[in-house]
Parts: sequence; structure tokens; C-alpha cells
Amino acid sequence: MSSVFRIILQRIALGVLTLFIVSIVIFTAVNMLPGDFAQAILGQAATPEAIAAIRQDLGLDQPPVSRYITWLAGAVQGDLGSSFAQANFASFVGESTGGGEVTVATQIAPRFANTMFLAGVTACIAVPFSIFLGVLAALYRNSAFDKAANVFTLSSISSPEFFLAYVLILFLAVLNPVLPSLSNIYEGMGFGERLQKTLLPALTLTLVVTAHMMRMTRAAIINLLASPYIEMARLKGISPLRVIVRHALPNALAPIINVVALNLAYLITGVVVVEVVFVYPGIGQLFVDGVKNRDIPLVQACCLIFAAAYILLNLTADIMSLLSNPRLRHPK
Amino acid sequence: MTDLLLKIRGLKIEGRADEMWQPIINGVDLDLHKGEVLGLIGESGAGKSTIGLAGMGFTRDGVRISSGSVEFDGIDLVKASAETKRKLRGTRIAYVAQSAAASFNPAHKLIDQHTEAPVQHGVMSRGEGAADAVDLYRRLRLPNPEEIGFRYPHQVSGGQLQRAMTAMAMSCRPDLIIFDEPTTALDVTTQIEVLAAIRDIVEQFDTAAIYITHDLAVVAQMADRIKVLLQGDEVEEAETREMLSHPKEDYTKSLWAVREFKRPQKPAVDSGAVPVVSVRKVTAAYGPVKVLRNVSFDIHEGRTVAVVGESGSGKSTAARCITGLLPPLAGSIMVDGVEMPADYRKRSKDQLRQVQMIYQMADTALNPRKTIGEIIGRPVQFYMGLRGRDRRRRVEQLLDEIELPADQYFDRLPSELSGGQKQRIGIARALAAEPRFIICDEVTSALDQLVAEGILKLLARLQDELKLSYMFITHDLATVRSIADEVVVMKEGQVIEQGPKDEMFRPPHHAYTDLLLSSVPEMDPDWLTNLLAERGVDNVGDAAVDKMG
Repeated sequence: MSSVFRIILQRIALGVLTLFIVSIVIFTAVNMLPGDFAQAILGQAATPEAIAAIRQDLGLDQPPVSRYITWLAGAVQGDLGSSFAQANFASFVGESTGGGEVTVATQIAPRFANTMFLAGVTACIAVPFSIFLGVLAALYRNSAFDKAANVFTLSSISSPEFFLAYVLILFLAVLNPVLPSLSNIYEGMGFGERLQKTLLPALTLTLVVTAHMMRMTRAAIINLLASPYIEMARLKGISPLRVIVRHALPNALAPIINVVALNLAYLITGVVVVEVVFVYPGIGQLFVDGVKNRDIPLVQACCLIFAAAYILLNLTADIMSLLSNPRLRHPK
Repeated sequence: MTDLLLKIRGLKIEGRADEMWQPIINGVDLDLHKGEVLGLIGESGAGKSTIGLAGMGFTRDGVRISSGSVEFDGIDLVKASAETKRKLRGTRIAYVAQSAAASFNPAHKLIDQHTEAPVQHGVMSRGEGAADAVDLYRRLRLPNPEEIGFRYPHQVSGGQLQRAMTAMAMSCRPDLIIFDEPTTALDVTTQIEVLAAIRDIVEQFDTAAIYITHDLAVVAQMADRIKVLLQGDEVEEAETREMLSHPKEDYTKSLWAVREFKRPQKPAVDSGAVPVVSVRKVTAAYGPVKVLRNVSFDIHEGRTVAVVGESGSGKSTAARCITGLLPPLAGSIMVDGVEMPADYRKRSKDQLRQVQMIYQMADTALNPRKTIGEIIGRPVQFYMGLRGRDRRRRVEQLLDEIELPADQYFDRLPSELSGGQKQRIGIARALAAEPRFIICDEVTSALDQLVAEGILKLLARLQDELKLSYMFITHDLATVRSIADEVVVMKEGQVIEQGPKDEMFRPPHHAYTDLLLSSVPEMDPDWLTNLLAERGVDNVGDAAVDKMG
């Protein structure tokens, strides 16, 4: 077991290192975005003094390295900074609204929770569905069912997400009004209602992510079907379904887990279009708004969360594939 | 006879190759009675396994039964539905595969795999099956029968796995078991235990069996009758003793004769001669695990030193130390009395040239994307500096040496060659460096006997012509007998015994050498019985284990 722990610790250390490198890349990239927040908020008529004042107030006049260090030190302690766009610049323009600072964390938290909820619902539908479909496709390989499953998943992954979303809205909200077409969820909503409102975007995303997972399941299983131990199982008179589920699937888990992790990461980081179509208040929209407003702390924080999600999911996948190997779980 | 269990008539099987159906089996008949053991022998490509699997109504992907019938207890398996065949498999007909290590599912414990067939077929409950498994493990003389089933396949040695697989085949007490080369992948000492265990259990339960092998001596111990196959056709069939003493067909006779190739012992080396290669007190390790301990031996000009031992004894590691692939922890490698740098990266081109290797798997040792001309031409250019027309001429010369016509083979790819031809290319590639010394690592063990004999004869001739020295790594003592001048016996990283071949094959031996030598199956059908009696039948497995430590 000690070797497993050592490998896991290694992976975690590598994950942390990766996150650190990614933080540098994020910071550099965001700061290379054209445009300037102070310019953007004050408009064309701004005086150089006003711009300089805002820049100074936000720390934008500091050299990049020291800004990076301040940001990283804050982020490590859980302080992602304050949003530029929500900050109160009233003093600069001679008005007073009396509002306090809005931190990035309070802005992101509810949105991120919503995104996780959507990703979670989607994963609960998509992962079992894809693996089930993949197992059946492997069992009835080269049959009409196999081909139909391939055509169905491939065409859904090849269609743009908004198109899938509108098709689902057409069939499930307009022609047969069983689900709401708007997913305007809010705080304090009951779980049942929240789930109902989330179902349509979750189904859209399921269509998007099923193909990879299903095809990898199918391929990983079929890849093993020529193994001597599969032949042995067949020669023991084991039923075809059991041969696949009990003999092939446990040995095919590693690649399947990795593809599942990649798709889950996509669900957390890449669903802006679906959020927009269903007016779902997820983190994707917030991120896009942040980029539009040159709201640097918000954009950086979103990027960091996306990167952390990718790294964490891949790390989990790595560890789970390691643990799916009986040689590592049960050393001699 | 009324107790006919398996009746195969006019069986024709085809395999798909290059988008065409090619015949594999051209109409074979086979009869097997209850409780009888039939040996199927032949070289690779003879169709032994295909017939064995067809006996279960099974064909591999890309293979089909085109005509004929396979009647098992009155049921024609060629016409039977998939469901009918599935219900027979595991319960009434079982299969024991060549590599138990590959044929056990790595993800499940042995006992779960053992009880799967009886539980799935509704023969026993899981508890009954598990109790029966322990009983079978005990009958097959597996160590710790109560506990061994709860291990995963990778936690159990090859010989034990092979016995566990035989136990698994027995789980539903089938009428027929197909044994497909069950001991081919095992060391000789382990092979004996497995052979004895299989023979015992088949007798105890009066199970009929088809025993597939390419090893005549093994089949002689196991079978009541032997059927010889050649490229999908039956050559002849007879009772075992009859077949061994009076083979009728020329092909059978040639198979029998292979074992008689033997080079005469060469005179002793002058005491003052400097050995071509001298391994001096070498200790080596992979990480923290020491695999060689204080190993020393010499190889003289024009001589063949056979290094023998079971898998894991350190034979191949010694070769890796000589080539510099694995720098030893202590000790030195001398070539012509000059110490070589331990790491091959520090050796000069000329030093590298002196020591060449031929590998066991010619299949994987040749780059599949290069033509023969390129494969042999590369060392010609690298070591000898020949280019263009000179290089081509030299390659042609080398092809001539290994008895392959240059004009036919120069532009071919390895995939277009047979196993024996590929191994010849491996030899030519080693010769291209014009070495003094060649390491032959199990070069014949993947080849059929007749082909292997051709390779051995070629190596012998090249040795005489070019004064080459060979280090011959092998676990096959028949090969040692035929070509070695001197023998080094290794066990657990140490040299147990070494000396001239004739001395080594004459008693008294070191206890371990004796165990190795006496474990090599002989063509006498009573050999195994006598040997077991000599060693004490009940503890053959334990005795071997004790001796091996």
C-alpha cells in the first residue's frame, strides 16, 4: 500500500505545482488583455488625473511582479480580492452612494454553487447513461443498435450546444410543456423546484458529453475482448453480458475514468452557451461579464477556479485509475 | 464403441486473412472416448489449438467452421445454438489455456473465478463451490489450499496458477477438458509438478482430455493416443507406445529425430589462453533487489558456453552486464583480457562491436518498418563504415551466410518472413558487426523444433568458420546437449556449478543440477511415473519447492 500512497502524494504535489504555474499563466494572460479598466469605466472624456487616481486606488500602477505576489498571497489565504466593476468610485466623480466593497468571493460563491449543481445533475444523468450505452454497444458491437448509438451520440456532440438546447426546448417545453424553458433559479428555492428548472440544461449538456464517454467505454471494452482471460470466461460458458460487465469492464476502467474526468471538468468550465440559452445563473456568464468589463480580479479568480477544477478532477481520475489496478491495490 | 464422447468428422476450418477465407484445417476426423486422453501434436500453424477449441464448438474471431461435424455426446456443436453451446462450456467441456497468467482475470480473486462457472450454471452455490475449490486445490497439491484462492492472479506463481486453472476447469466435473499447451510457458522443474497434478486429477475423476502440445516428450507422459498434425492435416494417429517406437510417416520420424542433433565435445582449452569474454565476480541489482551475486565465468574463442537456469535465475541479467546495458555494482567484464567500461555509453565503437546480441523474440527485435537490407545494412555502415554499393555487397554476403538468397530477401519487410527466417536476420545483423562474441538469448525457444534445429546448425557452422564465441542463454537442456561446449548452471543469481558439457551431464551433479536434468521430459512414456516414484509421488511438488528454496 505504501507505494500507492507515495504515488498519490507525488500526484498531489504535481497538481499543486501545476496550479502554481497556471496561476502565473492566468495572471500574465489577463494582464495582457487589451484595454484598461480605468479607461473603460471613465469613458473617453476621462481626465488623465482621474484615470491615474483610479489606477493608483486599485493598485494597477504597481509593477506586475509585485501585483502578482499580492494577488497570489491573497488567493492562497482565500481572499480573491475585490471586484473592480462593483467597487464604489463615487468619490472620483463627486457622488456618493454609500455602498461598501463587493469581494470577488461573495460574487462568485452563489454562481459557483449553481454551476456545481448543474454539473452534478448532469453528471448523475450522463455518466451512468454513457457507460450503460457503451457497455451495450460493446455487447452488441457492429449491430444496428451499436451503429444507432454511435450516430446518435456523434451527431449530438457535433451539433452546436445552442441548437441542441433549442431542440430540447422545442420538444420538452413548447410542444410538450413538461419542463420550464427558463432556468432562473434563485437562492432559497426548494430542491425539487430547483432540480426541475435545472433539468433541461442538464439534458442538453448530457447530449454534449455522452459521446466521448460512451465511445471510450465501448472502445476500452472491445480492446480487451481479444484478451486470453475474456476467451477463458467465454469458454467457461459465462453469458455475454456478464463477460463484459464482470470480466472486461473492471479492467477497462482506467481510460474510462480519465474521459469521465475530462468531461466533468468541461461541465464546470465550459458551459457559457447553455447558461445563456436557459438564463441559468452560473459562473460562466459571470466570467464573460468580467472579461467584458475588464474586471481583472473577477476574471483571474474564475480562471483559477476553472484551473483548479481541471487539476482536481484529473488528479481524482489519476488516483482512481491507480486504485482500479489490482496489482497496486494488492501488492505481492 | 458406445462410450464415444467426442466425434469429429471431416472438420474444415477457415481463417480470414487479406479479405479472403483461407483453409486452416482441411478435413480432420477425431474420436475420443470417455476417460481417454488424446495427445494432439504438431508445430505452430498445424492447427492444434484450432481443433481443440472446435471441440468446444468455439472459434476465435475471424475463424469459422466451414464444414464437418463436431458431435459431443450426440450433440452437433457446429449446428447447436449459441445458448446450447454456452451451457455445455464450463459444465461438461472445460478448457485449460497455455498462459494461466494471461487467462486469469487480473481484477478478481482466484476463488471468485473458480466458483463463477458452477454458480452461473447453477451447479453449486457459491459456498459449496468455494469448499470444493479448496478440495481441488489440495488434490492438485497447491500450497496453502485454504488460503491461496483468496489471492489475485499476480500474487501467485506461474506453476501454481496453471494448477489453479486446472482446478477451475474441474470445478463442474466436466466430461472433457481441453489442455492447450498448459506447461509450455513453465520451467522444467515446475512443469513436472503441473504434469503430475494434471495426470492425477484426470485419472481421479476419469475425465477425458485432449492434450495439445508441441513437446513430444510431454505428450508421451500424458496421452493414451497421439495424433500428429501438419498444416491442418492429420499425419498419423496411434497408441502412444506404438507411435513412439514405430512412427510410420517421414514427418513424424523427422520430429522424433530432431532431439538427436549433438555436436561432439571439443578438446579442453589451453590453460594459458586468454578468454574472449571473462565475467569476474559480478554483482548486479535492479534497484534494491540483487539479481546477480559474485558471478564468474569465462568464454574462450570458438566455444559455446550455455548458461542455464530457471526464469529469475539471472541468466539474462548476466548478459545485460556483459553488454553494458546494466552496469554491475561490483566486479568487471574483460574482453580479450582488457577490462571494459561498465556502462555501454562509455565503450568505444570498437568495444561495442566486439559484443553482439541475438534475441529470443525475432518478431519484436526487428524494426517492422525497415526492409531486411536496411536492418542488416545499418550495423554494416555504423561499425564498418561501408556505404552505397559496398554496403549493399556486404549485406548480400551476410544474407548468403545465413542461407537466404539475397535477391529475394533484400527488399522484404520482417512481416513477410517466417519465424525461423526472422531469427536468421537477427543472426545476420549480429554478424554484420563482425563480432568475436555473440550472446544468444533463448534464440530457439520461440521456434518449432525442426526450425530451431536449423538455427542451431547454422550457428554451429558460423562458429567453425568465423571462430565465434557464444554465450547461449537457455532453459532448454536439449539445446544445451546439442551445441554447448561448457555449461554454467545458475540459480537465484549465483553460479551453482560449471564445467565442460560431458562432465555436467555425467553424475555426480550438484543437487540442483540434478533436479534440472532429471526434470527434462524424456520420450519414454514411463518416464514421469518412474521419476515420481523415485522422488516420492506424494510430495513431488513439495520436493521441488524445497530444493528450489
